Amino acid sequence: MSRSDLDARGRPVVVVTGMGVLTSLGQGQFDNWRELTAGTSGIRRITRFPVGGLKTTVAGTVDFVAVEEVSAPALSEKIAHRVIEEAIAQSAIGTVGNFPGPLFLALPPVELEWPQRRAIAAATGKNESITYDDLLRVATAVDFSPYYRRFLFGSVAENLAETFGTKGSPIAISTACASGATAIQQGVEAIRRGETAVALCAGTDASVNPESLIRFSLLSALSTRNDPPSSAARPFSKDRNGFVMAEGGGALVLESQAHARARGAKILGVLEGCGEKSDGFHRTRSSPDGKPIIGCMRNALADAGVTPEGVDYINAHGTGTPENDKMEWLGVSTLFGERAERIPISSNKSMIGHTLTAAGAIEAIFSLLAIQNGRLPPTINYDTPDPALPLDCVPNVTRDVQVTRVISNSFGFGGQNVCLVLAAPG
Amino acid sequence: MPTERDILITGIGLVSCLGEGVDAHWKALNGAAFAPTLDTETFLSLAVHPIVKLELDRQIPKRGDQRTMEPWQRIGTYAAGLALDSAGIKGNAELLDRTDMIVAAGGGERDYAVDAAILSALPGAADPDVKLNEMLTSDLRPTLFLAQLSNLLAGNISVVHGVVGASRTFMGEEAAGVEAVRIACARIADGTSDLLLVGGSFNAERPDILLHYEMGRVLWKQPYAPIAERLGAGGGMLLGSVGCFLVLESRAHAAQRGAAPVARIAGIQSDRCNRAPGAATANAQRQFEALAANLNLQETAIISGASGVGVEEPIFLQGLNLPIRSPANALGHSLEPSFPANLALAAMAVSRGKLFAPLEAAEAVTDIKLKNALVTAWGHWRGEGMALITAT
Repeated sequence: MSRSDLDARGRPVVVVTGMGVLTSLGQGQFDNWRELTAGTSGIRRITRFPVGGLKTTVAGTVDFVAVEEVSAPALSEKIAHRVIEEAIAQSAIGTVGNFPGPLFLALPPVELEWPQRRAIAAATGKNESITYDDLLRVATAVDFSPYYRRFLFGSVAENLAETFGTKGSPIAISTACASGATAIQQGVEAIRRGETAVALCAGTDASVNPESLIRFSLLSALSTRNDPPSSAARPFSKDRNGFVMAEGGGALVLESQAHARARGAKILGVLEGCGEKSDGFHRTRSSPDGKPIIGCMRNALADAGVTPEGVDYINAHGTGTPENDKMEWLGVSTLFGERAERIPISSNKSMIGHTLTAAGAIEAIFSLLAIQNGRLPPTINYDTPDPALPLDCVPNVTRDVQVTRVISNSFGFGGQNVCLVLAAPG
Repeated sequence: MPTERDILITGIGLVSCLGEGVDAHWKALNGAAFAPTLDTETFLSLAVHPIVKLELDRQIPKRGDQRTMEPWQRIGTYAAGLALDSAGIKGNAELLDRTDMIVAAGGGERDYAVDAAILSALPGAADPDVKLNEMLTSDLRPTLFLAQLSNLLAGNISVVHGVVGASRTFMGEEAAGVEAVRIACARIADGTSDLLLVGGSFNAERPDILLHYEMGRVLWKQPYAPIAERLGAGGGMLLGSVGCFLVLESRAHAAQRGAAPVARIAGIQSDRCNRAPGAATANAQRQFEALAANLNLQETAIISGASGVGVEEPIFLQGLNLPIRSPANALGHSLEPSFPANLALAAMAVSRGKLFAPLEAAEAVTDIKLKNALVTAWGHWRGEGMALITAT
C-alpha cells in the first residue's frame, strides 16, 4: 500500500468505484443526472391507491418497477436490486453472484401492510366485528407463510445478500432519514478497520402507501400543496410547508483506494469522512441551539481532516419543512460563518422528493456526480426567498462550476444526524 | 494478556419474565425447581413469557415520556437505564455525550382497536380504499408513529437517558442483535469508541407479533415443553418479552474511571447462509474453531441461543460435549435482544465462576469452575453468530 493510499491518520483511503441510482426521475445515473440538472420534478399525483380523504395527494413514487404484490419491502427490494446491479457493473468487481464484501442496507422499517391485513381478514369469512383473535385463528387455518417471509425485518437484506453473494451477515439499517448515510458510514468503517477491502452500501425506500403517508401527514410533516404536484417540494422557500414522500434507491461500491488501484478500477470519488451526533432534545425536533447538527457537520469534517474552508458545496438535507430548513441554516451559518451566504447549498429533494431511508445514499451519489460533471443541481420551486435563510440555494437553474469537495447532510426523526464528506479522486 | 482495547462489559440491564436486573435473574435461574412463567390466557392458544411488572417511574421519570412510548420502547428504555445505572454512568452528562449506541430493533405496537375497527368497517364500505384513508386519518393517534419506528427506541433512550454519541439501529431479528454487538466490539477494538450502549428490546405480548410468527408456522402451540422436547416434536418457539442492554467499554477507559467490569467479550463472529443442509452447521463450526482454539474446554460452557426451531443446531451443540444452557427455556425467545440477553447471562455466570442450574432435563448438572462461556445465536430463519465471554 503506497503512502497516498492512507489518509492523514494512517487509515485506508476509501473510494467509490461503482454507483447505481433510481428515483421517480428514472433509472440509472445517466437519466437521473440529465433530469436533475434540467430541473425536472419527479413529484406526481399518487395513482397507486385512491387518494380520497387525504390531505396530501402527491409523492415521488416509483411506478415503473413492477412487483407482484405491492408492499414497501417488496418494492424496496426490487429497487435495491436494480441499483446494486448498476453499481456492481460500473465497478466491474467480483463475479456474478459473488460480491467480495459485506452488504450494508438502509431500508424502511418492515410491517404487515393493509392489503395483506385485509387479505387475512377476508379469509376469516367475517364481514363485521373482526378482531385480532380472528386473524390469529385464520393464520393457523390458512397458509399465509409468504407474508411471514416478506415481513421479516431481515428478509430484504438476506435476499439481496443471497442474490449478490455478499460476504458475511448483512446489516439492515434504520436511522430514519439518515439511514442511507449510515449505511455508507458502516462501509467506510469496515474498510478502515481492515475487515474488508470492499463494501456494498445501499439505501432503498418504497413506502408510499396509505398508512405511511397518513402517519407523516398526522405529524404535519408533509407538503399539502398538491397542485401542481411539481410545486409541492419547495426547500428554503418562504412558503414551504412540508416535505414530499418519495421512493428510490442508491447503491455504492466502496473500496480501499489501494485495492481499487491494484485492480485498475476507475475511481469515481473519495469518501473522506463521516460524522454523526445524536440529539436527545425531542423525538421529532432538533435541539433549538442547533448543537447536534453543528457537531455532526464538525465531526464529519474532522473525520475527513478538512476545515469548512475546504468545502465547495453543500448537498442539503433540505426537506422543505419549516423546521428542517431553519435548523439546517442555523447549522450551516454557524459552521461556515460569513461564508455561509456564499457557499452553494442545494436540495435534490426539491425535484425527487424525500426518499427517506434511501436519501443519504442517493444524495451521496448526486454529490459525486456534481463533482464529476462540474455542475450543481438546482433547488427548484425557489420562488419566494425566505429572508430568514439568506443562502445560495442554486435557485431554479443548474450552475456550472467546478467543485472538489462536498458535504452531504442527513437528519432524521429520533435525533439522527449523519454527514458525509465526499471529494474528487485524489 | 490484557490490552487497553479489550472489550469489557461494565454494565448490564436485563428485564424479562424472570424479573429485573442480573441478581434477580441469577436467583430465578437457580431456584429450587424451575417453573416457566407463562401467560397462556391472553392470546388464544399462543403462550408467551410476559414481562415482569416494571415500576416505570424508576427509569423513565417523566410521565410524558412514558405516555409517548409503547411497551416495546418502555421495556427497552427501562433496560437501558438499568444498564447505565449498573455501569455507574447514569446522569453523567459528560460521559453520556460521547456514549455511542447500537440498538437491535424490530418495530412497534399497533393500535389494535383501530385495526379491528377498520377491518370490520371495510367489507361494508361503499369504497373500502377511501374508507381506509378516512379511518386512518381520523382514528390514528398522531404520535403512535413515533412508537412504531424502529429507530425510535434509540431515540427514546437519547431523550430519556441523554445517550447522545452515535446512534444506530439495526433491523433483522436475531442477526441484528449479533451484528449490533459485533460492530460495537469492533469500534471499541479499533479505538473509534470507548463507551457503548448496545442491546435491544422485544415485546412478545402483541397480537401482531404472534400473528406474524403464526403465519410462519414457527410457534409452539402445545402445552409447555422445554426446547429439547419441542425440537424432538417438530419444533416451535415460545416468545418472551425481554429488554437487554450492555455497557461495553475499552479496558483503558474502564480503568481510567474506576469502573468494575463484569466480564470480557474476548471474541465475536457472525455469518449467514441460505440454510441449505449443513450450511449453518459449517458456519457455526468455523466460529467455534475461531473462538475456542485456545480455550480450556474443561472451564467452558455453552449459552445457547436455541429458539426451539431448527434441526441442525441441537446436533451441532451436542457434538461439542460441553455443558449447555438454553435461556429461552426460561425467558422465552426474544429475537433481536436474545443474543445480548444471552451475553448478559453468560457474563453473569462467568463473573460468578459457575453455571446456573439446568432449565430442562436435557441440560446436565455441572459443578465446573466456569471461566468461559460460548454464546451462540442461531437465527430461527437466518443468521449464525457466536461470542466468547471470559473473566475480566
